[in-house]
Amino acid sequence: MIVAEAKPFAEVAGMIGGCRRLLVVACAGCTAVCGVGGVRQAGELAAALRIHFRLKGLELETEVTGVTRQCEPEFVGELAEAVARCGAVLSFGCGVGVQFVADRFAGVPVFPALNTRFAGGFTVSGAWEERCRLCGDCQLHLTGGICPLTRCAKGILNGPCGGVQDGRCEVGWDVPCAWMLIHERLAALGRTELLRPIRPPRNWAHTSAGPRRQGVSTDDSGK
Amino acid sequence: MNPEPRIIGFCCYTCAYAAADLAGSMRVTYDPAITIVAIPCTGAVEPGVVLAAFEEGADGVFIAGCLDGECHYKSGNLRAKERVRALCAVLEKLGLETARLEMFQVSAAMATRFRDKATAFAARIRALPPSPVRRREGRGE
Amino acid sequence: MTLESNLARLLREGHFAVTAEVGPPKGASADPLLQKAAALKGYVDAVNVTDCQTAVVRLSSIAAAVHLKAAGLEPVVQMTGRDRNRIAIQSDLLGAYSLGVRNLLCLTGDHQRFGNHPEARGVFDLDSIQMVAMVRRLGDPGEFLCGEPIRGERPRFFVGAVENPFAGPLEMRVRRLEKKIEAGAEFIQTQCVFDLERFRRFMAMVREHGLHRRGRILAGVTPLKSVRMARFMRDQVAGITIPDEVLARLENAADPAAAGVSLCVEQISELRKIEGVAGVHIMAIAWEQIVPEIVRRAGLYPRPAQ
Repeated sequence: MIVAEAKPFAEVAGMIGGCRRLLVVACAGCTAVCGVGGVRQAGELAAALRIHFRLKGLELETEVTGVTRQCEPEFVGELAEAVARCGAVLSFGCGVGVQFVADRFAGVPVFPALNTRFAGGFTVSGAWEERCRLCGDCQLHLTGGICPLTRCAKGILNGPCGGVQDGRCEVGWDVPCAWMLIHERLAALGRTELLRPIRPPRNWAHTSAGPRRQGVSTDDSGK
Repeated sequence: MNPEPRIIGFCCYTCAYAAADLAGSMRVTYDPAITIVAIPCTGAVEPGVVLAAFEEGADGVFIAGCLDGECHYKSGNLRAKERVRALCAVLEKLGLETARLEMFQVSAAMATRFRDKATAFAARIRALPPSPVRRREGRGE
Repeated sequence: MTLESNLARLLREGHFAVTAEVGPPKGASADPLLQKAAALKGYVDAVNVTDCQTAVVRLSSIAAAVHLKAAGLEPVVQMTGRDRNRIAIQSDLLGAYSLGVRNLLCLTGDHQRFGNHPEARGVFDLDSIQMVAMVRRLGDPGEFLCGEPIRGERPRFFVGAVENPFAGPLEMRVRRLEKKIEAGAEFIQTQCVFDLERFRRFMAMVREHGLHRRGRILAGVTPLKSVRMARFMRDQVAGITIPDEVLARLENAADPAAAGVSLCVEQISELRKIEGVAGVHIMAIAWEQIVPEIVRRAGLYPRPAQ
C-alpha cells in the first residue's frame, strides 16, 4: 500500500491561509490504514485548524467527510455537492488522491494534508517499511524476492558494495544490507548461480522518462 | 486569573465517576467549576472530542481513568495516556498552554484522591487566564 | 603526450607497482594539490585522485589529474557513479582522455549521507561493475553504452576497480571481484589492509579462481599516524578492520607515528610475499609527505623509469 505521514501542522495551516470554508476529505484507502488519513484524523485536524484560526481572530468553517478511495474518479465524484458548498478541499489522500480530486474539480483549490512517502507495508504494528520503488521492471525473480533497487541505499544491481559491515548497510540506521539478505536467501534456495551474471544497467525509461507511463488493463472479463 | 473557569472532566464510569459519586455521598466537595462527563472508558475519549471541548470554550479538560492494570477494557487507560501526550503536542502547536489538559488515575474507592486531584487541577486553571479560544468568542469576560 | 598508461606498462612488465592517493583541495586553487604531489614525485608510479571522497565536495578529479600530469605525475582518475548518470560519465571520460588521462578507477561511490551535502540526490545510475563494462566498451569496440559508435578517437583507458576484502563473507567478496574482472577491470586496488591474515585467505581464494592472472591486484596500505586515527578508522569508517594487536603496537609506542610508519613498511614487505599481489596502493590520508620514507624503507626506491 501507499504509506503517508501527516504534514506539519504549521505547513497545512499556512497553505489554507485565506480559506474561510474548507471541505476536509478523508480517504478510507491506504492512508487510513496508515493511521493518518482516516475520518478520525481528518476531524482532529479540522478542529485544530478551526481553533488555530479563531486564535488569529478569523473564523474557519469546516465540513469533514470521507470517500472510499480518492484515487478513483467514481468515488471522488460523490464529493461534488460538498465541494460546491465549501469551495476549497483539504485532502487526506495520497499524492494520487489529491490529484484525482484536483482533476475532478477544476475551479477549486485542493491542498494536501499528508506527505506521501512510499509503497510499503507494516513490519510491526505502527511501523512501515518501503518495499517497492514502482520501477516498472520487476526483477525480484533474480534476487530472491528482495528488491535491491528499493532496499539497497545505492540501489545497485551488482552488490554488495564495500560498505557492508556485519551485514549492515554503511548508511547506518541499523538497516540490513539488502545484498547480504539476497545472498542469504538465494543460498538457502540453492540458487546462488543467479548472482554470477553481471546485471546490465537498468532501463530507467520505464520510470523517469517524462510523464509516467499509463497502464492499460489486459483483463477484459469485466467488459 | 480566571474566576469563572469552565472545566470538563471526562471520567471513566468504573473508577473516576464512581469516585466522584462517592465523594458526593461522603460530602467531600470539589471545585464547582468542574462539569463531569461520564464515559465508559478513558480509551473511548477520542482526541477530536477533547479538541471540541476546547473549541466550545473549555478552559481546562481532564481525563480521569483507572489505575494502571485495572482498566476494565484491559488497556484503555494506557491508550488514553498516549492520546493525552499527543494532544498536548497539538495544544502546543496551537499556542495553548499544555497545563490546560491532564490525565490522572484513581480507583472507585479513592474519593479523597479524586477530590485532591480535581481541586488541584481546577486551581491551576483558575490561575491561568481564560482560554484564548473562548475569549475570541467574546464570552466569559 | 604519452599514448599508453605507464602504470599498465609497468604491471605488464612484471614490476611491483607503487601507487599513492591524493585528495583534491576544497577550494579553487590547485596549489595545495601540487604541494602534496611534489612530495610524491619519483616515489610512485601513479597517483590516484579521489572523486569527492566520502561525498564531500572537492576540486574535480579530472581537473586535478590534469594538474598532476602537468607537474610530471601520472594520474589515476577516480570516477564514482554517485554524482553522475551514464551520460555525464561518458562525456567526462571523453574529456579526460582528450586531456591525457589514461588510468581510470571505477567506483560505486560512498553514500552521500556521509558527506557535506547529505540532502543531495544520489544518482547511482550505474554501479562500479556496470561502469567498468561501459568504459571497456568505449575503448573496444568503441561504442557508447547505447550501442552508437564513437566518432574519431576512442578512449582506451587502463581500467581499474576497487575491492574490499574486509566487508562481509570472504567468499562473497571474491565472487564480486570476479564480476569486476569479468566486466573488464584490468587492475584492482584494495581497501587498506591491516588484517594480514584475512587478506592472505582472500588472496588464496583469488588464486584458486585464477583472478590474479586476469587482473593486477594492488594491495592498499595506510600508515597510521596516531592511536586516535586508528581508533577512528576502526570504529567510524565502514569496511575497515584493524586488529587489536595493530592498535596495541601503536598504543605501546613512545612515538605512535613512527610506529605507524614501521608497521606500514612491514605490511608492505609481507604483502610482497603474497603470490598474486602486483603492487601496493599507499593511502596516506592527509600525510602524503610520509610516502617517500615508506617507499624507501620498503626497498621500492628508485622506481622504474616512466
